[in-house]
Amino acid sequence: MQPKIVFKDVTRRFDLGSQSFVALDRFSLDVADGEFVTVVGPSGCGKSTALNIAAGLLAPSEGEVLVAGKAVEGPGPERGMIFQQYALFPWLTVRQNVEFGLRIKGVSAPERREKANYFINLVGLGDFADALPKTLSGGMKQRCAIARAYAVDPSVLLMDEPFGALDALTRVQLQDQLLDTWRRERRTVMFITHDVDEAVYLANRVIVMAARPGRLKEIIPVDLPYPRTEEIRLSPEFTAIRNRVWHAVYHQQGSSREEN
Amino acid sequence: MSAPAKTAKPLRQDGKGQGADLSSLALNLVGLVAGIAVWWVLTASGAVGLPPPPDVVRKFGDLIANGQLATDIMSSLARVLTGFLLGVLLAVPVGFVMGWYKVARALIEPYLQFFRMIPPLAIIPLAIVTMGIDETPKIFVIFLASFLASVVATYQGVISVDKTMINAARVLGANDLTIFLRVIVPASTPFILVGVRIGLGSAWATLVAAELIAAQTGLGYRMQQAQLYYDLATIFVSLITIGVLGLAMDRLLLAIERRLTVWQERV
Ligand SMILES: Nc1ncnc2c1ncn2[C@@H]1O[C@H](COP(=O)(O)OP(=O)(O)O)[C@@H](O)[C@H]1O
Ligand SMILES: [Mg+2]
Repeated sequence: MQPKIVFKDVTRRFDLGSQSFVALDRFSLDVADGEFVTVVGPSGCGKSTALNIAAGLLAPSEGEVLVAGKAVEGPGPERGMIFQQYALFPWLTVRQNVEFGLRIKGVSAPERREKANYFINLVGLGDFADALPKTLSGGMKQRCAIARAYAVDPSVLLMDEPFGALDALTRVQLQDQLLDTWRRERRTVMFITHDVDEAVYLANRVIVMAARPGRLKEIIPVDLPYPRTEEIRLSPEFTAIRNRVWHAVYHQQGSSREEN
Repeated sequence: MSAPAKTAKPLRQDGKGQGADLSSLALNLVGLVAGIAVWWVLTASGAVGLPPPPDVVRKFGDLIANGQLATDIMSSLARVLTGFLLGVLLAVPVGFVMGWYKVARALIEPYLQFFRMIPPLAIIPLAIVTMGIDETPKIFVIFLASFLASVVATYQGVISVDKTMINAARVLGANDLTIFLRVIVPASTPFILVGVRIGLGSAWATLVAAELIAAQTGLGYRMQQAQLYYDLATIFVSLITIGVLGLAMDRLLLAIERRLTVWQERV
């Protein structure tokens, strides 16, 4: 089967004055349809750059990204994105936020409402549909953002450290909820995190990147069954994979750890 | 999102806030009464050559009875509101254009920065020479004052809209027009409203000063006349009226502002 997302030798440079800086160097990756991949790597290794290029928010300097066989040329509702800072529209209620993309699509009011209700309930915000974002906790805001992304029915979800600003307990809860949502509403997910446990817990495969220049370092498959549970999280198999990812991230060639 | 500092209001809608509101309101009242008492004592004892409260109250009655106060208020308010509305109506689109298009910003910005450094009153001699002595120069100066205050706020509002929020709208399928109408406009509303309030304050201050220099009616003109006849009570009446009207307009805008920005996270 054709992969859902294809990164083909994607390079991105940024001009810094007269110099040019390579943020992403010939990054290639295939993500299968319905797959959940997580991306880890030291900060500044080009994770967000790769994701923004797939989202169409940033153009590659060289190479291209194909989604469902079509070259990405700009943002589009078939590729949903979720940001660390939630990026909800604070003047809109939870429901209005979730309906935002549907309204743009020209979906009729009754259908909009029905769809929004479905996804609001799916993420467990049923009691807060008419609340303004300022009254929600960080975890609830991110659930709202997830519902908003799902509502326009994207086939791909791009998530940039979505749980990075949350406390440890909320984070674990949202991981389980995200997997549950993903099981019921299967989408291809590319999920950036700096948390190795999170990367292993969620993924079919963990993509490890290296910095200077930002590039693909290693792909580590996670051969653990879904649904993932606490039992799995505490299993020796999980620990083994986790250690392998940890090693790949923190013992990068020349050991950047000792440099710091 | 970050709001302009001026809109940060610590007052909450909960019971505790209400109680604090009431007691501070009581203190406000006590302060007011004490102030008037001090004024009364000082003037009655002859320590200062100012009119005592009863004289001023009597003068208020006279000026209300013969309709002069109403006429003055009407002509001052008409000027300020005309100039202010024109200024804001032009400032909002200009501010948006400046925030949205870099070229427009680069073209307009030097003028804005320059005129911002000139007190609006300093334009009066030029305005009188070129526009005559009727209403036009005064309204123009007020227009300028409120325009300059509001345009900068609007433009600041547009450029400080969170880029992530714009990206979020883009990935949901929004085009430029939708982003402008559904994201930029609401997100910059708090900034615009702060600018409008500053603009009104500046318009009111400019108006009264303009009337002192060149007018045949209005609260400023009345004071200027009273000065010629050493009529201190009328000056007091005018000053109090100016303060009360300014305060009332500011509170009105504040209430509107709060109403339109209930969604804002306040610290
Ligand atoms: N707009 C930009 N201009 C210049 N440099 C940038 C820009 N965006 C990212 N970079 C640089 O590119 C590198 C990769 O950034 P990013 O993809 O955000 O890293 P990560 O998400 O992995 O932490 C960083 O060194 C960053 O400073
Ligand atoms: Mg990043």
